[in-house]
Order: sequence, then C-alpha cells, then structure tokens
Amino acid sequence: MTEKRIIDVDYSQVDTERMRINMGPQHPSTHGVLRLEVEVDGEIVTDVVPHIGYLHRCFEKACEKMSYPQVIPFIDRMDYIASMNNELPYVVGMEKLMGINVPDRIQLIRMAFAELNRIANHQLAVATFGLDAGAFTPFLYLFRDREMILNLFEKASGGRLLYNYFWIGGLMHDVPPTFKQECLNIISTVRKTNEEVMNLLIGNSIFIERTINVGILPADVAVNFGVSGPVLRGSGLNYDLRRSEPYLLYDKFDFDVVVGKGEMGTLGDCWDRNIVRMREMEESCKIIEQIIANFPDESSDVRALVPRRVKPPKGEIYSKAENPKGELGFYIVSDGTVNPYRMRARATSFVNLSVLPEISKGYMIADLIMILGSLDIVLGEIDR
Amino acid sequence: MGLLNRLDDPIQGDGIILGTVEDLLNWGRSKSDWYLQFGLACCAIEFMALNAAHFDMMRFGAIPRTSPRQADFIIVSGTVTLKMADRIKTLYEQMSEPRYVMSMGSCANTGGPYWEHGYHVVKGVDRLIPVDVYVPGCPPRPEAFFEGLVKLQKMISTQAIFRKREKMSAEDLAALELRNKKIQEYNERAAQENIEFTNAKHVGYSRYSLDFLNKGEQS
Repeated sequence: MTEKRIIDVDYSQVDTERMRINMGPQHPSTHGVLRLEVEVDGEIVTDVVPHIGYLHRCFEKACEKMSYPQVIPFIDRMDYIASMNNELPYVVGMEKLMGINVPDRIQLIRMAFAELNRIANHQLAVATFGLDAGAFTPFLYLFRDREMILNLFEKASGGRLLYNYFWIGGLMHDVPPTFKQECLNIISTVRKTNEEVMNLLIGNSIFIERTINVGILPADVAVNFGVSGPVLRGSGLNYDLRRSEPYLLYDKFDFDVVVGKGEMGTLGDCWDRNIVRMREMEESCKIIEQIIANFPDESSDVRALVPRRVKPPKGEIYSKAENPKGELGFYIVSDGTVNPYRMRARATSFVNLSVLPEISKGYMIADLIMILGSLDIVLGEIDR
Repeated sequence: MGLLNRLDDPIQGDGIILGTVEDLLNWGRSKSDWYLQFGLACCAIEFMALNAAHFDMMRFGAIPRTSPRQADFIIVSGTVTLKMADRIKTLYEQMSEPRYVMSMGSCANTGGPYWEHGYHVVKGVDRLIPVDVYVPGCPPRPEAFFEGLVKLQKMISTQAIFRKREKMSAEDLAALELRNKKIQEYNERAAQENIEFTNAKHVGYSRYSLDFLNKGEQS
C-alpha cells in the first residue's frame, strides 16, 4: 500500500552503524523549540523521538487563576500564528455555556477574521515549508502579502500578532470603515500571489521531487492517530468541522472541503499536505467574498452583549472549531465562580506531531525536515 | 555618529577622515553585527516577519547565523523556560567575545504575562545571561525592535577599546561600567553555579531549578 521511496544506493554494501543524534531545540528547521532524538542507520532514519516541553508556559494551570475574559490573551499565545482562530472555540463555547446569542453581524465579522487568519497561517506554513526545501523567494512573496492581513488586524484590534479581539458576547472593537475594501484587496492579492507560488514552488520539479512519496500518511493511520486539519485531509479524508459540525454561520456558505488526491505521488505524502493548504486559501477567499457580499452596511454596538461580569452557571462544555492546523477544542468546567474550575485544551499540533515517528521511519534524514515542515506544528500549542 | 558622515565635514572633508583606529574598528563592528537566531515563541514569528521583504532587517547589516561561534550577539526572542535555561547559557558561553545580548519581548525581559503563575518560566533572561538591550512589547513591533538594534549599534560604536578611561565622556564611562559590572556578576554566579552543579549528586538536577522561582516571589 505505502510505497517507500526508492533509494539508489545499496546500503547493505555500505558499512554503517546506528547512532543517536539530537536535532534541536534551537534548530531553525524544527519550527520552534522542539528536540528530535533521531536514531539513524547511516543516513536512514530508523527512529524518531520528539522531546517537548521547552515552551511549557503553564497555560492550563494559569487559567484556573484567571477570570474568564483574562483567559483569552493566554489562548492567543498558544497557537500564535492563528490567534483569531484560537479564540473562536473558547468564545463560542463560553457563549453557549452562558446562553448568549450573538447577532449575525458579529458572527460574520468573526468568520471573516477567522478565514483571513487561516490564509495568514497557511501563507506562513507554505513559506516555511519552502524555506525548509531551500526555496527562499516564495517566503518573501508570501510574507509580503501576509503583512496586508496583519495590517487589517492591527486596525481592528491594535495587535499585529496577538489580538484579544473576540470577546465573550461580542468583539473588542467594531471593524474599521475600510474593512470591505481591504478584504477585497487582500483576496485579489492572495489569489495573484498564490498563482505565482504555484508556478514558482509547488509546480517546481525540484520541489516535487523533494516532496512526493515522502512521509506517506495512509488514511487509516491518520484516523488511528487522531490527526486533523490539512494533515488528515491530505490523506484523502473529507473531514472538516466547518462542514461536518458547523458553527457560526458556516452551514449557510458555499465552499468545498479540499482533500488530497495523490496527484503527483502517493496519496498522503508531503506534497499532498502542502497542496491542501494552498487550495484552502482559495476556499477561504471564496468564503470572505460571500461574507463581504452579505455584510450589513449599518454598524452596530459590538460590545452590547458583552457581560459586565462573566459568571457562567455550573456546568461543563467541550467546544471545538476548525483551526488552520486542525481541530482545536477547549473543555471548560465551570463551578459557578468567576474563574474556570478546569480548562483543558485539545491542542491540534500535539496530536499531529504524534504521527511523526510513524511516518518518518525509513526516509533520509533530510526528508525528516520536509516531513516535519509538512505537519505544520507550533510549539506554543504543543507545550502550552 | 557614523564615520562616513565626517566626509562631509567642512574641516576634514574632501575624502579625508581624521580619527582613531578605535573609530574605524567600532564602525566596522557596529555596522556588520551578525546575530544568533534564537527564536523561542511568539516573538520568533514577528522576527521572521522582520527578516522578510517588508521590514528587511539585513539593511542594518544584521545577518542571521545559525552557529553561536559566528555570532556577535544573541537575540533571545520569546519565553525562556527552566528546561531551556541551561541551553541558553551554553549557547551564550559558546559565543566569542565581544558578545552582546538583546532581549526581545516581555517574556524575555521579565517573564511577561507568565510572571505570576508561570511555574516553569524564567522571570527574565537577565537572570541567566547579562542583557545589553531590552526591547519591550508583547510581541514588540518591528519598529520597536529596530530601535533596539540601533541602540545596540550605537553602544558598540562608542565602546572603548584602546581609549584611556580619563578621556572618556561620562555617559560612555557609565555605560561601560554598567556592562562590566553585569558581566562580572555573571562570571561570579556562573563559577558558583558550576561548583554547585558538579557537587550535586541528584540525577537530573538542573542548575536553574527552583532558584528563580523563589527570587520571583520575593520581589
């Protein structure tokens, strides 16, 4: 079923010995402070043990000491590339727990910002993946366009990277007056650049050679490990929380769930996972276009429903949403006070990383970097 | 402040620069400062944006190096945890003199939002290594980071190499003494900690286990 990459050199003739080497935690290609203990036989990876905890920032314990609105900035700092998406499941879950129904306009704004942040995240993921493969130019192009999205976020929330924008019951501020126009500008620029990147990077024969038939993740293994997001969809499984369990207003919008098809190599290889991200950007653009078309002109008070004192009734809730990296969920236990009794995060990257030892055995050590890059992990979320 | 500005000087001018060897050395040192990439957390993403097309950090002469042995200064960008503390110090010790440290972001400066309840967070990287420039922000804006970088360049360009102390301006002297004091404190502490570390029998003992937490709660 899974065809391993053919290596021309006959390693049975080469005198090799097994050794254990460390990669990280300050290696630039590990996408953060991840240490990989790699067991190699010659240049072939025989085992990988990820060591985590270099960025453990005590999120879950700190939440027990915070009031509910104070938790949001800490959630921002979990997956710091897609902060808007991180806030979403928590805020939606808290609203469900407290019985607040936010108006459609706020939901539309939330969707628009979540999709914009999804684009920004995928741009960074594709850019750094290209960087791992040795392609520096797409990095510059994609980061140039990412600045446009960050500028819009900055106008809305005041932060370039960490926003604290979605509040329980509403938003921090209303969108800037130029919101619609800027969204349209971003969409047209993203589409133009994506076309360039498709030609420059994704369709580049060197890049294709480097990524096809590497790190093949079969669908059954993906399901067994519980991975989600582009990693799961890259293996050909049609599972997207926006479609299967819609939240906000996603059920009223028209978009496709992108799945890998194994166009270049085997289904579920690094190239497939990457192309899913590229195509998801286009789907996000489609969603934003529909939001702009339906966006009400008159402004409203976005803080009208924000409770003065967030004190949910006794109870518990698990709230999840489709993060750019996969399913992010928060399990919130309330004991009726102003502080959460327990806060548990189902971190996407943590689950996605767990599949790394399974899919990287038998490949060259340089392919390990590509496999790790294609998983698109963030250590802030893994260690929390 | 630059050496080349003197070319337009009415007295020197005409392609002639009068100055000391120290001026020339410091000019070269301050305009080509290579840094060690040490991205830890959120600030590292902002740091990637700094290196990308829009902000283009290389125009300041700062080029990323991946090895501490080639670097002039280290930029600690992000939350330093107890597990990371040993490594950060090792990297700093591997750098060759003269070496400088920039602390980027609230977490590296003081512990940031994790100051109060972060049981695994070192409350400021200056408890590990002597810091020269602090850049505030969570994360700092790229412009704020550039200000910090220019401050560091200014510091390098006015540093005394050959000059006698009597001839230095009061400002430069104070800066030099502060730096020397920090480095001396660091060396003393490092020597002490090394003794403790070698004497420790306990397996898995970290040099930075609970010390920093206690300090954080006292202050």
